[in-house]
Parts: sequence; structure tokens; C-alpha cells
Amino acid sequence: MTDKPPVKDFATDWDHTDPQWVANPYPIWEDLRKRCPVAHTDRYGGGWFPVTHAGVSAVAKDSEHFTSRTVVIGNGRPGEEAMPAPIGVAPPISSDPPFHAIARRIMLPALSPSAVNALEPQIRALCRAHLDLIGDRELINAGSEYAQFISVGVIKQLLGFPPEDEDLFREFVHVVLEGVDHSQEDRIEEFAPIEEYFTRQIEDHQANPRDDLTTYLLNVEVEGQKLAPEHVFGTMVLTLIAGIDTTWSAIASSLWHLANNPDDLARLVNEPDLMPVAIEEFLRYYAPVSMARLVKEDMEYLGCPMKQDDWILLGFPAANRDPAVFPDADKFIIDRAENRHVAFGLGIHRCAGSNLARLELRVALEEFISRFPRFELSDPDGVTWSIGQVRGARNLPFRILK
Amino acid sequence: MRVRIDAELCQGQGRCFSIAPNIFDFDDLGNGVVIGDGELTDETIESARLAQSNCPEHAIFIEDQS
Repeated sequence: MTDKPPVKDFATDWDHTDPQWVANPYPIWEDLRKRCPVAHTDRYGGGWFPVTHAGVSAVAKDSEHFTSRTVVIGNGRPGEEAMPAPIGVAPPISSDPPFHAIARRIMLPALSPSAVNALEPQIRALCRAHLDLIGDRELINAGSEYAQFISVGVIKQLLGFPPEDEDLFREFVHVVLEGVDHSQEDRIEEFAPIEEYFTRQIEDHQANPRDDLTTYLLNVEVEGQKLAPEHVFGTMVLTLIAGIDTTWSAIASSLWHLANNPDDLARLVNEPDLMPVAIEEFLRYYAPVSMARLVKEDMEYLGCPMKQDDWILLGFPAANRDPAVFPDADKFIIDRAENRHVAFGLGIHRCAGSNLARLELRVALEEFISRFPRFELSDPDGVTWSIGQVRGARNLPFRILK
Repeated sequence: MRVRIDAELCQGQGRCFSIAPNIFDFDDLGNGVVIGDGELTDETIESARLAQSNCPEHAIFIEDQS
């Protein structure tokens, strides 16, 4: 880890890994929204952070001025020689048009509503199995004993990876998303085991094809051509990284909310039909994911002098709290009827796994509150939050109430 | 009144067919499509409007064809 000075002013020196931001970013964003709709930092080699819905929306929909070559902010910039645009390291999230549409079209049928809805019974069984393991103890950790297992179990099954490797996946996710402030050299070293693991899985699937996403990616053809090996590899890494701690975070933050808000918990227990609307408010209020873009060329944009290769932090969670778009934006309204939240992004890079994420979130919450209709935080100071571009509760000490 | 989805704007956020499955469906890629000709009645216009006000991409249009 590098030793960094603490942030004094987030308007001119923001850092999304600063302890203050990690603990509670919302007051910071509210303050920035009043003072400067686009914050700047010299950290990470320079970057901008639009805080309003309008700013986030403009950048998200503009692939002419911004590239998705890399979407996770770090200290280095991806070398063009590594895996140049438009494919990028993890298509389609790292791809720019026109290749993006091709890479995305490959993934969408596998993640369409009908494809993912078929997984509901398996997801429900997975949730119940973990609740059974928890048993009838009074004190539990809803993060490390429940939330973290749901998406990892689903993604493992989707990719067709060995069940015993779950701990490894969580470690990979941690390395990719929470080690963003390490040096470029350390990052290369940290990524080596991930590459090795995926290469082994690909070889195993080539030797033993089966009904899963990995086999699908190895066989799918675009205009009579199979995908390049690095494309298959990149999309698999993307599925693992984007599919695990995102949904894990949404589940955990929603449970954290319910532990703090017994009225909302009681409503969900008594009015199961409210769940779909409530899910959208959980997604708005606790949107886990911020993305990043790189500025393509020097330009003036949103009134800012942006330089080539400056980062843009695309704060979808901040956009979701913009009072210009959401009345009472800072209030969690469990039956909010009009909710144009952007938790899954906007424009061509809309989260391809959003149907799956919603399903997991709904089933995980339904099963948890059906088993435990009343619970509270047993140790509020023991709650921890993840660092970086995916925000969610990690440690959730709960007391189950009778 | 008639409802339509602008296919250029739709990104498959999936809100319309969840909110108003009687009016909207989805295609193979998960993008929203209008069922039938999109003609709205007094019974369906409200849920069409609700779907419209939940579309993050502003891709749903309700138009008076008279």
C-alpha cells in the first residue's frame, strides 16, 4: 500500500478510497453538488468526478469523447500494447463502438430475462442452504455468512467453475477492485494467479465441454468465426468480477438498511407484493457500482479542461441522489413509484447482468426475511464497507429477534 | 393514445416489462418491445405512464395519434 495524505477538500483532491468516502460518501457528494458539479483530483494521474445526474448521464452516453478501455481507476494507464481498444481487456465492458455492439450481443441472450429467470429455483435453494447453515443462532454475520455467498454461488455455476474455488474467486475480486491504489508493478504481480486460474479453466472446458457460459463463449461464432482466446478470457474475467461483489454489495447494503429500519422490514414481511418496487429503491439508494472512463483527447467538457487519459469517475450512486431528478433524493422511500435510478448505468454499457442481479437481490431478500422476519444490528460499529468503485456492506453483525 | 419504444434509446434496463407486462415484453436480447400495436385504453394508460416514468433511458413515448 502507498501511504497517502488524507483528503482535505474533495472538490479539488477527491479520492474514492479515502476512509471518509468509504465510511459514508453521501454527505461528501451532497456538499460537492452544491459547490462544483464536477470535482477534480490530481491523484491517480488526474481525474474528474461529475456529481450530478446530468453530468454522469452526459459522460455515460458519450463514447465519442470517452473510452471504456479501462473502467477501474488505478495509478497506471492501460498500455495500448496490452489489449488495445476497441476490444479491451474485458469485452464488452472495456470495448468501444463499433466492436462493443458485437461483444455485447454475444452476452445478452445468455443474460436475458428468460435465461436468468430459469435460474430462480437454484438461487432460492442456494439462499436456503446458507440460511440452514446459519441455523437458529441469535448472533450472526449476515455479510460473511450470507450475502457474500449468493452471487459467488450463482456466478460459479454460470461459468461452470469448481465449487471448491469460491474463496479463490472472492480473493480475485478483492485484488481487482480493492487493490486499485497499488503500484503498476504490484498490480501485474497480483493479477498473475488470476490469469493462470482462468487459463486452466478454459483448458478444462476445451477438454470437457459442458452446458455453461464458458463453453458457450468457446463455441459461439460471430460471422463464422470463433472468438479470439483473449476475448473469451476477458469476458470470463468480466463475468466473475462484475457478477460477484456488485450483487453481494446490493444484498448486504439492503440487509443493513432493513436492520436499521424496522418499519421498512415489517412492511416487506407483511406486504410481499411490495418487493419489486422496494428492490428499485434499494438499487437507487444503495447503488453499489461506479464505473470509470478515460478522456480520449484534450478538450473542454462540462466546463472543465480535461486532458487526454484523465479519468472520469462515473458515479451512478451519486447521480441516484441528485435532488434535481429525485424528489426527497436523500430519503429512502420503500414504495417510491417513480424511480428512474441509474444503478445499472446508462447508455450502451448498461449492466448486461442487471436481470440476474435483480433476481438474486429479490430472492436473497425474500428468503432472508422469511427466515428472519425481525433483526437488528448487534454491533453498529462492527459494520464495514468495501473500498473503491463497488460500495457495499461487508461485515454485518446482526441480532436475530424472536 | 399509443405507446412506443424508441429502439435506438432502449438499452434493456428492463423496467417497462416488469412494471406493465400487459403492455411490454422483451426480445431475445432483453430489450423492451411493445405488445401488439401499442394502442392504450383507459385501463392501460396509467401503467404505461408509470413504465414511462421509470425508464432510465427515456425511451418510452406515449403519443396522441389524433
